[in-house]
Amino acid sequence: MSLFTTRYERASFFDEMFGASGEFRPHYRRLAERLDTLSEGEFNQRRAAVDLAFLRRGVTFTVYDNTEGTERIFPFDLLPRIIPAREWTRIEAGLIQRLTALNLFLHDIYHEQKILKDKVVPAAQVFSAKHFRREFMNFSVPRDVYVHICGSDLIRDHDGNYMVLEDNLRCPSGASYMIENRAAMRRAFPNLFESYRVRPVEGYAETLLKSLLHIAPAGCDHPNVVVLTPGVCNSAYFEHTFLARQMGVPIVEGRDLVVRNSCVYMRTIGGLVPVHVIYRRIDDDFLDPTVFRPDSVLGVPGLVGAYRSGNVSLANSIGTGVADDKVIYAYVPKMIRYYLDEDPILPNVKTYLASEPADRKFILENIGKLVVKSANEAGGYGMLIGPASTEAEIADFRAKVAAQPRNFIAQDPIQLSRAPTWCDGSLEGRHIDLRPYILHGEKITVTPGGLTRVALRRGSLVVNSSQGGGSKDTWVLQGDD
Amino acid sequence: MQTTPKAPAAQRSGPMLSRVAHSLYWMSLYIERAENVARLLDVNLQFLLDFQGLSESLPQEHWGSILASSGGAELFAELHGEPDSQNVPEFLAFDQRNPNSILSCVLSARENARMIRDQISSEMWEVINELYLFLRARNAAEVWRAGPYEFFQQVKRYSHQFQGLADSTYPRSEGWDFIQFGKLIERADKTTRILDVKYHILLPTATDVGGAVDTAQWHAVLRSASALDAYRRYYVHEILPWKVADFLIFSDTFPRSLCYCVGRLDGYLHRILGDSPARPRAPAAVAAHDLLADLKSRDIEYVLQMGLHEFLIEVQKSLDRIGDEVVQTTMFFPADPEPEEHQHQQTQQQQQ
Repeated sequence: MSLFTTRYERASFFDEMFGASGEFRPHYRRLAERLDTLSEGEFNQRRAAVDLAFLRRGVTFTVYDNTEGTERIFPFDLLPRIIPAREWTRIEAGLIQRLTALNLFLHDIYHEQKILKDKVVPAAQVFSAKHFRREFMNFSVPRDVYVHICGSDLIRDHDGNYMVLEDNLRCPSGASYMIENRAAMRRAFPNLFESYRVRPVEGYAETLLKSLLHIAPAGCDHPNVVVLTPGVCNSAYFEHTFLARQMGVPIVEGRDLVVRNSCVYMRTIGGLVPVHVIYRRIDDDFLDPTVFRPDSVLGVPGLVGAYRSGNVSLANSIGTGVADDKVIYAYVPKMIRYYLDEDPILPNVKTYLASEPADRKFILENIGKLVVKSANEAGGYGMLIGPASTEAEIADFRAKVAAQPRNFIAQDPIQLSRAPTWCDGSLEGRHIDLRPYILHGEKITVTPGGLTRVALRRGSLVVNSSQGGGSKDTWVLQGDD
Repeated sequence: MQTTPKAPAAQRSGPMLSRVAHSLYWMSLYIERAENVARLLDVNLQFLLDFQGLSESLPQEHWGSILASSGGAELFAELHGEPDSQNVPEFLAFDQRNPNSILSCVLSARENARMIRDQISSEMWEVINELYLFLRARNAAEVWRAGPYEFFQQVKRYSHQFQGLADSTYPRSEGWDFIQFGKLIERADKTTRILDVKYHILLPTATDVGGAVDTAQWHAVLRSASALDAYRRYYVHEILPWKVADFLIFSDTFPRSLCYCVGRLDGYLHRILGDSPARPRAPAAVAAHDLLADLKSRDIEYVLQMGLHEFLIEVQKSLDRIGDEVVQTTMFFPADPEPEEHQHQQTQQQQQ
């Protein structure tokens, strides 16, 4: 195939496939050889077949650009992203270290608050966090696990160093795409897998179920696990049903559940059936209208009471959002040193806090050169990429930051690594990130793989699906090539 | 220490969520309805083609009677006024404002299937999704313009494929009972409506009785219920009005006859509602049993004496009551909150 004979610009970015002098990196060599045997027609045929399969199977997400909500397939790029074992070992260790520290942090701030008393993290930053739940002070979560499902986003800088861009500790999504992408690749290139020794990702659902069973209330011999979804209109509904099906557990909406005597039941055609563990994909605010937002129609009245009584367990726990607040993110390296007495294996991106006077001054003076993010938004919303913005947008953000400093942080723009991606008939470099999935049951495990998101628009650094992003299958190898 | 994972045994064999049962029921019912509407339109468009130019008022009367029997006459009048061979088929096939159009039925079936994707086989989901994609694709409109025959064939084929896949991939569990129940109650209802079409067609003048148009209309009635071949094997060659009615109401063996459908309905209801301490004797089960007993003990003489139309309306009412009561008895969750607010909050939930 003439894929690589046409000019491919590496520019000054770190390229996943090509080394500095234009040679293939060893772990991509066999992929390149395989692609070389395909004609462009064959390649396109496979691409079309994969797209059609996604559409037929309804592997879609919903975009709200109009009142109806349109279902789209998540654009999928046929060239996988490949991670050799030596890189993965480091990533895995770094993620386990990070989640361990975050869990200790959550336990600490909801109990003794030692880290605040020792002034490692300023108390004001925690208490002012939008998702800090005072109501759960001194509440002990089952088995002392706060975050059972974590999806931290990793990026690589221009030297290829992996860094953590943000942590997602509430309802991280995308694991279903990781598994579906792998299935699509297996169909498109069955032989390639054999020769490559790619580590499987299909164990995710089983590990997830084990992690959920791990927190079942004590003395419960046959715990019933359910997935609680906001409903069919939610953008991630496909994922909710996918995971429920893979685990073989029911998927329920709030209206399917009822609380009696501080126990949770689901309404079935045979009567009420007890529920012991809830993998909830609903925000804290909506879980229980009698405790949080009274106007919630998605939640279950009395659920929080049942949770407090220890009759039902929730994953993730209530109140974890305080630790993925982008301001608190800046303190994670300090947490790792404080709780574990270790150096962070995966560094943060250099972050400036608008709430700190010196940083704020720096941000306001240099806003056009920085990436500004609001502390609690997800999905690529509420952010400013200074170098790519107009004067008016910059002025708008400068005013917002000055008015509400606690709500904003700024980071140096990172030139994310790029990977060859099929764009309108040729291969071009596109920026990517990586979301691995970390599960915390009896121990912490990282599924070898993840979701590689790719910014399909030329030059764009935003990889979110709602903002024109696509995805690639992510291959973690047994070996180094 | 190696621990074996606790098997979530209870939930695998546990009873089904009421909402899931509800969705299975509606999914199945709407697919059946989409197929029935497709067949009805197909047959009647052909019928009118055969009698083009015979009488100027014929098409209007004919479509009027189809609208009257299918229950969408008022909405239609509001939207379109006078019925003709263009606007009625489009109203019944593609109009989303009509909750019983083929398109609306397929949208509803898919929405219900989507809510319970984890509960049905991927084959069942895929065929519903394909039907949806087919209707949504631009070429559905082109197929329609080129000649609706191929379009209806396609819709019917998807429905048959769905039923075949349900039959061969869905476990014979309580969910199966709800799928069958939804299909059969819709099928029984549609058979009454197909028969009733003929009532609404203005009574033919004396010279027309037994004439070409009259016979062809009864012909169309049989074909609307896919019953022509079966009827012919049964009564050899004559197409007589009372025999058609007899066959479509009382046949013990024809799968779309009222009697046959209600008999099977009764069986599934017994499984859905029977033997539960929570529901010693459900009204729906009683109603179905009564209806079946009625059908078994009566004959076409009785029906004609009572008046075919009056009889059919009574049956429709009984079927409605049975459907409603099953929903009430097995699907006890409180009334939905404001649907708009519900939808809004669903979309608001941040998935990181």
